[in-house]
Amino acid sequence: MSTDRRRWLSGAGATLGGLFLAACDRLNANPQVTKVLQSAEGLTLRAQRLVTDRNALAREFPASEISPDFRANGTTSPSDEAYVSLAAGGFADWRLVVDGLVERPLSLTMAQLRAQPARSQITRHDCVEGWSSIGKWKGARLGPLLDQAGLKPQARYIVFYCADSLEMTLDGTGQYYESIDLIDAYHPQTILAYDMNDAPAPVKHGAPVRLRVERQLGYKHAKYVMRIEAVDDFSQIGRGRGGFWEDRGYEWYAGI
Amino acid sequence: MADKERPAKVMVYRHAAVTRATHWINVLAISMLLMSGLQIFNAHPALYWGQKSTFASPWLSMTAAERGGEPIGLTTLAGRSIETTGVLGYSGKVGAREPRGFPAWATIPSYRDLASGRRWHFFFAWLFVINGLVYLAMGLIGGHIRRDLLPTRAQLAPRRIWHEIVTHAQLKFPKGDEARVYNVIQKASYLLVILILLPLMLLTGLSMSPGFNATAPWLLDLFGGRQSGRTLHFISAGLIVAFIIVHVALVVLSGFWNNIRSMITGRYAIEVEETRS
Repeated sequence: MSTDRRRWLSGAGATLGGLFLAACDRLNANPQVTKVLQSAEGLTLRAQRLVTDRNALAREFPASEISPDFRANGTTSPSDEAYVSLAAGGFADWRLVVDGLVERPLSLTMAQLRAQPARSQITRHDCVEGWSSIGKWKGARLGPLLDQAGLKPQARYIVFYCADSLEMTLDGTGQYYESIDLIDAYHPQTILAYDMNDAPAPVKHGAPVRLRVERQLGYKHAKYVMRIEAVDDFSQIGRGRGGFWEDRGYEWYAGI
Repeated sequence: MADKERPAKVMVYRHAAVTRATHWINVLAISMLLMSGLQIFNAHPALYWGQKSTFASPWLSMTAAERGGEPIGLTTLAGRSIETTGVLGYSGKVGAREPRGFPAWATIPSYRDLASGRRWHFFFAWLFVINGLVYLAMGLIGGHIRRDLLPTRAQLAPRRIWHEIVTHAQLKFPKGDEARVYNVIQKASYLLVILILLPLMLLTGLSMSPGFNATAPWLLDLFGGRQSGRTLHFISAGLIVAFIIVHVALVVLSGFWNNIRSMITGRYAIEVEETRS
């Protein structure tokens, strides 16, 4: 191949490549295209529901596998006033509220929560960014807690309201929250964890309580949980997609 | 060309419609998967072996560092670092450079956006899987894999293999009857990609799903943990890129338009040896 021809080809290649990238960026900004791409999400969810046993347990590891460097992401030190004053008092005034579509709303102190049926598990935490850390968690099982409050038949989802604002917004949609369905809520490994690696969970990992919903990505594991609400629909909460990161384009079903 | 006498050509029907269609769908799907995959990689541009991340000592990392007060890109593999400013670790237009694993021209979208990268990736992953299943099913039923891709006993003779390696290295391409079938190097590389690397992409991809892990923990054991799965996903993608580079180079060198036409219309021209002198 002559140098001229080679130069022409590489020039053409670079131009085509540039056009291709610009086209991809434009497509990415197009809501219609996003909708088409999102259709695969429904397929992924249904395919996983089809092949996976929804009660299968996430793998649990020996203590020797616990990460000495468990990474903390998202909010690592909430600056919200209410949280700061609770933390200053060692969470003595913290109450876990369970309400919404329940027969008997609850308001539990930490001592009461620690008296609930509990579970310990050493599991892997997979961040959507790609890294994994292994930690030991102990907490109250969510299922029995919901039974104590008595779910009404209309209840379909459990929403977790958190103490931290991960983004400053005027309408309050920067407040962290998450939601899961009842199958995940009643899964034996779904716990409200107050201990991490045999000590009270540190602030950066969600003190006083973080949700552990194993088998899903890290952002589902809401930290700084203040209130749990049973709902029939979450379209009126936050920006309507079921969670802080879901409202920002991530999947509600975080199984992959 | 014009000063020499043109050798006689015959047209043969080389690629079935299914092969042609699945080939081009694969070109699209793999390009999109690769570029959106690099976007996803950029969210945490480091790789590890085992179940979990060992943040202080990744096997591979692309980071921004500082040298003499200037930011530079640094790529570290198994403890050895090389400067990769402008491409890996730290890149962008001069004056607007930023820390990022792979550069903007290699990712979809070009700017940093993990949520979008994942949407593109999983959409084209489905296209890739469905397309691959159609190809394999038709290839098994129609006999394409057995007939065209499995090497014949004669082709596996050491002398014949050596001959193929030498002529390949000399960039001499088969003519006449020999050109009617894939040579043994072609067959071996196509089989490696189709039966090993591409399925490996799917399996290592699935091994990163915490949902799928609960159902199929054996997959994690097979790859040695989720972080090993992620690393193997990346290495396997790298090998596919290497294949594509060689494949495209050979397509160009062995008669670009003839190859392209055969993958579009199915018809491939073969130079037959002249019987007249």
